Amino acid sequence: MHVFLKQKDIFGFAALAIIIVILPVFVESKYYFIVLNVIGLNTIVVVGLNLLIGFAGQISLGHAAFYGLGSYFSGILTVNYGFPLWPAMVIGMMATGMIAYLIGYPSLKLRGHYLVMATLGFGIIVNILMGELEHFTGGHDGLIGIPQLAIGGLTFDNDLKNFYLIWSFVFLSMLAARNLLNSRVGRALRAVHGSESAANALGINTANYKVKVFVLSAIYASISGSLYAHYISFISPSSYDFYYSIQVVTMVIVGGMGSLWGSIFGAGALTFISEALHVAKQYHVIAYGFFLCLVLVFLPEGILVGSYNFFLKRKTRKLIKRGEHLKNS
Amino acid sequence: MDFSQQIAQYIITGLTIGAIYAIVAMGFNIIHNATGIVNFAQCEFISLGGMFMYSLVVLFKIHLVISFFISTVGVALIGALIEIGPIRHARSKEIIILIFLTIGLSEIIRGTAQEVWGTDNVGVPSFSGENPITLIGGATIVPQHIWVFGITVMVMLMLRYFFKKTLMGKAMRATAVNRRAAALAGICVNRMILLSFAFSGALGAVAGMIIAPISTTSYDTGIMLGLKGFAAAILGGYGNFIGAILGGIVLGVLESLGAGLISSQYKDAIAFFVLLLVLFLKPTGIMGYGEAERV
Repeated sequence: MHVFLKQKDIFGFAALAIIIVILPVFVESKYYFIVLNVIGLNTIVVVGLNLLIGFAGQISLGHAAFYGLGSYFSGILTVNYGFPLWPAMVIGMMATGMIAYLIGYPSLKLRGHYLVMATLGFGIIVNILMGELEHFTGGHDGLIGIPQLAIGGLTFDNDLKNFYLIWSFVFLSMLAARNLLNSRVGRALRAVHGSESAANALGINTANYKVKVFVLSAIYASISGSLYAHYISFISPSSYDFYYSIQVVTMVIVGGMGSLWGSIFGAGALTFISEALHVAKQYHVIAYGFFLCLVLVFLPEGILVGSYNFFLKRKTRKLIKRGEHLKNS
Repeated sequence: MDFSQQIAQYIITGLTIGAIYAIVAMGFNIIHNATGIVNFAQCEFISLGGMFMYSLVVLFKIHLVISFFISTVGVALIGALIEIGPIRHARSKEIIILIFLTIGLSEIIRGTAQEVWGTDNVGVPSFSGENPITLIGGATIVPQHIWVFGITVMVMLMLRYFFKKTLMGKAMRATAVNRRAAALAGICVNRMILLSFAFSGALGAVAGMIIAPISTTSYDTGIMLGLKGFAAAILGGYGNFIGAILGGIVLGVLESLGAGLISSQYKDAIAFFVLLLVLFLKPTGIMGYGEAERV
């Protein structure tokens, strides 16, 4: 596989790696470790979803289901059937990818927003099945005792070790996504986003690319779900409801559709807000709604890119003014 | 009760819930035709309709007919406000952004409704008593079911009259066919879009109010009803009015039969399973034709 990294990406990833390595030095309480780990898990889902929303221009309201499939495949295979941990995770990834293909292929062949309906329906069905198939999933009470991941002799049994595990996955998933976007596939996706008809006319099989991106984003969610299951060691259907799908979509939008670095920002900002509002849980929904609407109305490119553009424009205006001033004098 | 009676009972229940889905599907269609967006706030219109009715009838003891009227107008105004405010002023008019915007708006409405009314399920009195009427064949029907049918038929007839006979209705249809051409013909497109939001608000409210006495209501009843109404719209052919009615009824009956004959635990899953099947087999729906969207 070729590696396509531009110079500015290399700086970005180097900075990310350094931050990941030294951040734990400054974090003291266990609570903040948990928050950071949840941010990492959400970031993986958001990066994948952002590929779909920001680059293929399609909406999924069922990513909670893919996230949940990852968790439940890992949980059920390891707890009920005694599978080894990493193979269970890989099986989860492959199965989730295949399911995503079955949903994506028919709905993405068509133009328009059919995927949003298919994923929405699928998400609700999966959530119901998680609660009702008690024999496998433990029903509404959930599945307990999912073992912790381990490499060789190293078991990821505390928050610090899990921090490094989860954030390594974040790093790798970002790297993979950036690499994909800088390659031929990425250029094709950008063309699809710009104008599907034009892309089609240039010989890009648009439907095919959209399905592939959808499957990839489902696999991202599945990986994150598996990591979550092994980290928390307990899963129940309420973590994978319709509301989670909307949460991750909000994170993509706040971070900026089509902005990879924005994904970390979106996941971080909204996870943090959720935690800050923990005492006033009833305001969760309103806060998310307000955030979503404010960003969409005023900064549709996302907070980071949007405000950057805003200041850029102001700077340009200033420069133009100065130019006119000079011309007049 | 023998088997055929049981089936008849399921079908009656299915038709009732199907009528509700049909009204909701209409609400989705009107906005889709005017703007091309999927309006997820439709779900909240249903909840608001039910909760307004509860507040007016049960808490303020206002007469049923007046309450019905006030709630409909109230939710229609909220629909209009959504359009005048965020939807119209969004800096990007991309469809995908507007769809997300309606999701955000529905979160705000739902959160606020939860603050105002709490999370409890509340009942609304039936429009005319609770004594079941026995039909030929032995199946029984509660008067509220008849109200649901009657009001649904009325709403459909009124909508049909409005869209076929009145100038404003024709202008709305013209906007749906081609926005630019409509604007060139002197139609104020913005006003038509505003009107379509008010309409779907009113439709959602009516659906929420007539179902409330049967299944009680709460701040979030609209989510499932709304999403299934959406499934009904797809089943019938998105944007198609006759399709919405057919889709609603077919979905309602299938769901009711499925819940009765297979398992009531999977009742909600059945509707969405039908949705997935339709998307795979004939994504343009029962009444749909040709390519789903033109270039």
